[in-house]
Amino acid sequence: MILTFPIMVIKVNSYEGVVLWRWKNLMWIGIGTFFLSWLWRFLLDRKENGPGESKPDADRDGKFSLRKALGERKVKIPTLAVLAILVLAFPFMVKFYQVGIMTSALMFVILGLGLNIVIGYGGLLHLGYAAFYAMGAYTYGLMYLYWGLPFWAALPLGAVSGAVFGIVIGVPVLRLRGDYLAIVTLAFGEISRLLLENMSGFTKGPEGIAQIPRPGFFVKLSLQGATTYLFYICIVLVLFAIFVIRRLEDSRIGRALEAMKEDDIAAQSMGIDLAKTKLITFALGAVWAGMVGVVLAAKTTYINPGSFTLMESVMILVAVVLGGTGSIPGVILGAFLVTLIPEYFRALADYRMLMFGVALVVMSIFRPQGIIPRVRKRYLVGEDKS
Amino acid sequence: MKYFLQLVLAGLTKGSIYALIALGYTMVYGIIKLINFAHGEIYMIGAFTALIVGGALQITTGLSPLTILAISLAAAIFFSSGYGVTMEKIAYKPLRNAPRLTALISAIGMSLILQNYVLLAQTSDFLPFRSMIPNFPFLTPGKSLVTTTQLVILITTVVVMVILTLLIKFTRTGKAMRATSQDKVMAQLVGIDINKVITFTFAVGSATAAIGGVLIANHTGQINFYIGFLAGIKAFVAAVLGGIGSIPGAVLGSLVLGMTESFGAGYISSAYEDVFAFIILILILIFKPSGLLGRNEIEKV
Repeated sequence: MILTFPIMVIKVNSYEGVVLWRWKNLMWIGIGTFFLSWLWRFLLDRKENGPGESKPDADRDGKFSLRKALGERKVKIPTLAVLAILVLAFPFMVKFYQVGIMTSALMFVILGLGLNIVIGYGGLLHLGYAAFYAMGAYTYGLMYLYWGLPFWAALPLGAVSGAVFGIVIGVPVLRLRGDYLAIVTLAFGEISRLLLENMSGFTKGPEGIAQIPRPGFFVKLSLQGATTYLFYICIVLVLFAIFVIRRLEDSRIGRALEAMKEDDIAAQSMGIDLAKTKLITFALGAVWAGMVGVVLAAKTTYINPGSFTLMESVMILVAVVLGGTGSIPGVILGAFLVTLIPEYFRALADYRMLMFGVALVVMSIFRPQGIIPRVRKRYLVGEDKS
Repeated sequence: MKYFLQLVLAGLTKGSIYALIALGYTMVYGIIKLINFAHGEIYMIGAFTALIVGGALQITTGLSPLTILAISLAAAIFFSSGYGVTMEKIAYKPLRNAPRLTALISAIGMSLILQNYVLLAQTSDFLPFRSMIPNFPFLTPGKSLVTTTQLVILITTVVVMVILTLLIKFTRTGKAMRATSQDKVMAQLVGIDINKVITFTFAVGSATAAIGGVLIANHTGQINFYIGFLAGIKAFVAAVLGGIGSIPGAVLGSLVLGMTESFGAGYISSAYEDVFAFIILILILIFKPSGLLGRNEIEKV
């Protein structure tokens, strides 16, 4: 409480030489700290003594039944069908503005899923993810600028350039792990942003590229039509991403990633080529960012380096960590939370980053596995897989 | 030639500031093997505290600039250490046995919290910082190569380094710190309260960062809530450059980094100043991951 004193209470206006004393804040901090510290201790206590008591069992039972219910065909198919209809009808049910927001949220879902491959499966903390994202956006922007390339040609190219960039970044950092990796990816992210900003001749520098066309559906669409169209494109991309990732989980690469995450030396001794696996991870993660980058350029019709700061990378990271690293539904939920909460609670917009910070700390202390934790596949001998 | 010397001096000044921040990184890393992402924020808080206390005193009382500087420096050190210690208690202590990735994410969260806390409680604008260091009479501004502030920064850094080295080499606490960094369990067995040692490390690291913050604020003349981030990253680069966990390494790394930036900006292009720092980091990590003076770590399964 004493600590917060100078920054909260005194506000110095050094332009005019006025000192504002904000005693009122002091009171709020006093009350706040009292209750927060009480809550904090309570939670910590519960965390230490909690497991093994009666509560978790009940909790687990409830979750299991829900999961089981979803797993059964009878329930699963109607649920999915209703969901699909809702999603398809969404642009016609709500206002145009909402569709725009939803599209951004879906783009974030794809970004989250992409980063999830790197962090959740590969266990490589990547803080420069926005660079891949920028790569995709600039692929479209520049190709349009110089060669007039349309959206549909740019989308795969964006994915490819993302992957190539992922490998380019991946090669030098192959030997690094954990903290160092995080820092170096962060450095790469910042370097690419600074390069985009400073190579004014080629990338138009900080002013960015404007008037990138939205995709047309055979004919040129109106603003509204194009947004709806992009919404559907995003839906398809999300489904595609989920499909690919689910297939990936079971594949040889997926299991190699798993092994690498758990213990890279042991994985190496089991015959997994670490260098190759890491590069694949980066490339697979970057592909999605590249695609979303193209979509972003098409959606906003304007890109500049300012959209790809470290904050963007951190936001995606928050989405992944909040939802649950490695779990697809978790990441989707996390991405929606991260994008939609600030959107619908405009009043809290100023506190957004603060909230994210608190969320990161609280989550990593109390629930490191995320809101919807990942269900690990178990391979048992003599049990048929159902 | 004069230009060259000016660049050297600018590089040294920058390097000294980085060194003050990098010390905190390196000490914390040496002891709990955690990259304290929020360390740059501590430095920013130090600068802010000094600005607020100093500004309030300048306006309300008529004390001499030197007294104000001393008081605000003391306040900055006190509050920064407080924040450092509290941060450790809240965000890192519960995670001491958790996977390192979790602790790292917590640290990123802490950094966001502190940044936005200052942003919300103060302002997002750049605040002008009135220099509180009076000009030495023997240095005529504009004529001599070195400005007063630069000189003060260099001297302070040297003094802090010497004190810190003495502290770690010759005091009981320093011995305890070294023991803890080598083997926590053994240290506990021989009766060292490692919690106390860790707290102390955070306090000292934060204090040096605060000194850095006050000095840089005096040097550049303006601060905002975002200065901590870049400075933190660069100081980290410096710490890695010199070999993280090693105190002389941090100083050497910082000076190398400061010089590189200064020469890069002076002879190539100032727009790429930050890029140089990052490129050095990447090169060092690729070719000599343990840093210039670091010990090689043996990997164990």
